[in-house]
Amino acid sequence: MKAPSFAYAKPRSLAEAFELLERPGAKVLAGGQSLIPTLNMRLSSPELLVDITGLSSFRGITLELGVVRIGALSTHADIEKSEIIAKHVPMLAQAVTQVAHPAIRNRGTLGGSLALADPAAEYPACVVALDATIVVAGKDGERLVKAEGFFKGLFEVDLGPAELVAAVEFPALGKDERSVFLELARRQGDYAIIGLAAHRSATTRFVFLGAGATPVLAKNASSAADLKTAVSVLHQDLDPPADLYNSSATKLHLAKVLLERAWNTLTTSH
Amino acid sequence: MEHANDITLTVNGTQVSRRVQARQHLVDFLREELGLTGSHLGCEHGVCGACTVRVNGEIVRGCLMLAVQADGCRVDTVEGLTDSKELSEIQRAFHQRNALQCGFCTPGMLMAAQDLIRHGRSASRERIREHISGNYCRCTGYQAIVDAIEEVLNGKA
Repeated sequence: MKAPSFAYAKPRSLAEAFELLERPGAKVLAGGQSLIPTLNMRLSSPELLVDITGLSSFRGITLELGVVRIGALSTHADIEKSEIIAKHVPMLAQAVTQVAHPAIRNRGTLGGSLALADPAAEYPACVVALDATIVVAGKDGERLVKAEGFFKGLFEVDLGPAELVAAVEFPALGKDERSVFLELARRQGDYAIIGLAAHRSATTRFVFLGAGATPVLAKNASSAADLKTAVSVLHQDLDPPADLYNSSATKLHLAKVLLERAWNTLTTSH
Repeated sequence: MEHANDITLTVNGTQVSRRVQARQHLVDFLREELGLTGSHLGCEHGVCGACTVRVNGEIVRGCLMLAVQADGCRVDTVEGLTDSKELSEIQRAFHQRNALQCGFCTPGMLMAAQDLIRHGRSASRERIREHISGNYCRCTGYQAIVDAIEEVLNGKA
């Protein structure tokens, strides 16, 4: 189908972007890989699209003082190619290969994925598992939001109508830390049936995607002393919603399979 | 606010300027404004890959990019890469291997295949399948398509 009619503006400065975003019916356009399908299918009908891809301060991937800062406009392809990410945020480098297909990875962005917060998306689970910080920009400046508190509900995040995700800050992976990203899908790049972002430092975090309205931090499994206990308590953490092909019980079973794989990876020495 | 915008872009090496509706996506622009009907529209929501074109050297879904977003960009379509002979080898392999039946997916398939060929020296069949995972062939001709790409990529007969 064809998109409904809307206006389009591409601000050159943050101030201009925030002014445009305050207009009625304004919607942010970044990579457009989730928004444009909804326009073409007429599931969404904004008055004005504010194309933020001209905001250069939202670009770039840097490592400074043990923090990897990734600009929100970084595309999946940028993340895939980044040596900084491969070395210091390897979980994200693993996750990005599961994000859709090459032609989509060339346009879709980190910020877009987080702001949309699709429950089957990879990055939301990663940022929670890695205890990343979301840098939110607004008219009055920036505020920092811990990833765990950013995801409020189904497609709902801690972001005002005239606010933008500017960047994400990840702690660089420490020498004694391990992380792994695992996902099951019917075909490369398809929506995840279930996925797991796992990180082990002094504490362990198992965060599942496709397992609820938001990324699900499996608290009981994360604090378990051994694998057997972790698997046996996982049902207390997760009640995954069934999809068209997989029942809730199947997804829970698959979550346990991923948990076991991740546990073995995290506890195996380099 | 304006629902139409002036854009200038380079399509297959030629600079073009047009006034476009903001709602018009890139492939409708290429097909309807410029008569470049090689890029196809299958699903129009980013699933099938028939609309794959190159923007600033990288493949994208032409139906998931607005024409207005291509302002200032370099766009290459299957027509342009055919004229420049960049696709000659993969086209010959598709022909020889019978890697198309109805041909609807072929332009997008060629663009995706060439993206792998120009970026990588060799690849396993699994890697090839991964790379074209975003391109549907509803005649189910994947085996021959992978054969053709493998032949060009790895120089296998």
